[in-house]
Amino acid sequence: MDIKFSEDNLKKLEAIKEHYPVSSAALMPALWLVQKQFGWISEDTMKYISKLLDIPSEQIYGVVKFYTMLNSVPKGKFHLEVCTNISCMLRGSYDILKYISEKLNISSGETTPDGMFTLNEVECLGSCGTAPAMQVNDHYEENLNKEKIDKIIESLSMKTDKNP
Amino acid sequence: MEPLILKNIPDYHKLDVYLKNGGYEALNKALFKMKTDEIIEEVKKSGLRGRGGACFPTGLKWSFMPKKSDKPCYLCCNGDEAEPGTFKDRQIFEFNPHQFIEGTLIACYAMNIKTAYVYIRGEYHKWQELLQTAINDAYEQKLIGKNILGSNFSTDIFIHSGAGAYICGEESALMNSIEGKRGYPRVRPPFPAAFGLWGCPTTINNIETIANIPPIIEHGGEWYSGIGEPKHPGTLLFGISGHVNKPGVYELPTGTLLTDIIYKYAGGVTNNKKIKMVIPGGSSMPPLIAEEVVGLKMDQESLKAVGSSIGTAGIIVMNEDADIVKVLLRITQFYYHESCGQCTPCREGCGWMLKILRRIDEGSGRKEDLDLLVDIANNIEGNTICAFGDAVAWPVKYTLKKFISEFQKKIVITKPELLPQNIVHSLR
Repeated sequence: MDIKFSEDNLKKLEAIKEHYPVSSAALMPALWLVQKQFGWISEDTMKYISKLLDIPSEQIYGVVKFYTMLNSVPKGKFHLEVCTNISCMLRGSYDILKYISEKLNISSGETTPDGMFTLNEVECLGSCGTAPAMQVNDHYEENLNKEKIDKIIESLSMKTDKNP
Repeated sequence: MEPLILKNIPDYHKLDVYLKNGGYEALNKALFKMKTDEIIEEVKKSGLRGRGGACFPTGLKWSFMPKKSDKPCYLCCNGDEAEPGTFKDRQIFEFNPHQFIEGTLIACYAMNIKTAYVYIRGEYHKWQELLQTAINDAYEQKLIGKNILGSNFSTDIFIHSGAGAYICGEESALMNSIEGKRGYPRVRPPFPAAFGLWGCPTTINNIETIANIPPIIEHGGEWYSGIGEPKHPGTLLFGISGHVNKPGVYELPTGTLLTDIIYKYAGGVTNNKKIKMVIPGGSSMPPLIAEEVVGLKMDQESLKAVGSSIGTAGIIVMNEDADIVKVLLRITQFYYHESCGQCTPCREGCGWMLKILRRIDEGSGRKEDLDLLVDIANNIEGNTICAFGDAVAWPVKYTLKKFISEFQKKIVITKPELLPQNIVHSLR
């Protein structure tokens, strides 16, 4: 498959490069654009970015692997990331994680066979005042309880686009 | 007292409302009525200390920047906000972004900086967008960009998104991350004011620190130094979470009683239970026992006196039902996941401590495990490139010190019973 940025993303990348004195600093924003367009960051896209920004692809691989949010494997359409760090834990986040896990019949780190949901236990989301919380793609769901989870999963199951 | 940052004015995040309420007046004053040295002097006089956790005097930090530099100078605004229990900077992005922008511009003017990067954690997608909207509005009104307010001062503000690495809240790792590298902390010296972003002079300040600058310039450093505790003046955005009825962010003067924050503002402990443990400033700070909470003022000096630290002022309250072993296990699991892996004591030590805590929690702990945990923590603390090592060692050391019986309870020493065939087997 021919990997290429959309016209829109190419324009965005050119504008981002202007933010920095050296183009290599545009790597992380470029990887975010990749993830937005392709859903994840494959080795082929890393090679594409390598040519675009003149950075060795090995170095790009190192950067992708360092950051938790940059996905080097494909994820489901909706990525459910449940915070289980201390403030959320004190307010029952492990019950929430277990509940979602049983409801979707997947463990943390797995994707449902239909490719709809990926479940992950994650570190503090900075949502301690509205705990327990989880992230669904770019969106935060806070003050979770089982009824709320039911509603969220039900409405996500019916979505045709990726916006939660 | 009136809040300085989270003001109770509807739609204060909008530029027109902010301008109507005296917004960008401080910038006007700084640009046209003050010399750059006077601004730094005013910030020094205010006694403002960094809000990111280290409490370093902001004015002093600014004075480290070179007066004249052949290289460009940079400002990094640290909104990585990944310390568990901390959720204050997102309130600024959401409810008062322009005061932060105004503070950034004043800081840039004072230190002769032409580019500021706002580093915001990747998870905060919504808050990045909120700040970007505010930045765009300010660009349109010529408050950012070329010849700000008609002066000959120009500066740009860019948002740089993180991607889920706690360590990037560490200032030198943050700079590497902006440069497009793995977020590895750097060995210091050289310090950022001499060798920062791309080897150029750089200052890194927390978002909340910068949001405090406009009121200081508007009312003067002396006025600010009179708020709260003299040695740690101003207001703090206290984020309180865990077992309380009304968790949230409350802006209060430094020196406010911890019991007032818990009972008066956060509505008391859930189900009216007793307090067992309180973490005063994010998960890396040494915890407090219930007896220490009574009468304790929340400022750096008062917390130092009880062997802890104000950190990010993210308070986590745990009631009598909390399982302290599980709490420490979860904190250690966090540090194990977030250790960048550069320094051996931290990379290996986090894993060892996690394994030991896990077996204690599962009931198969050994009696020598508690000493072993302290020994490992002592070998991490102070032996790493950055302060992450201390951040992982402190909770382990001090939770064990203050709650040792909780751990001892879980270690049941039983003499292993050998089945007859095993005895024979072991004799062979």
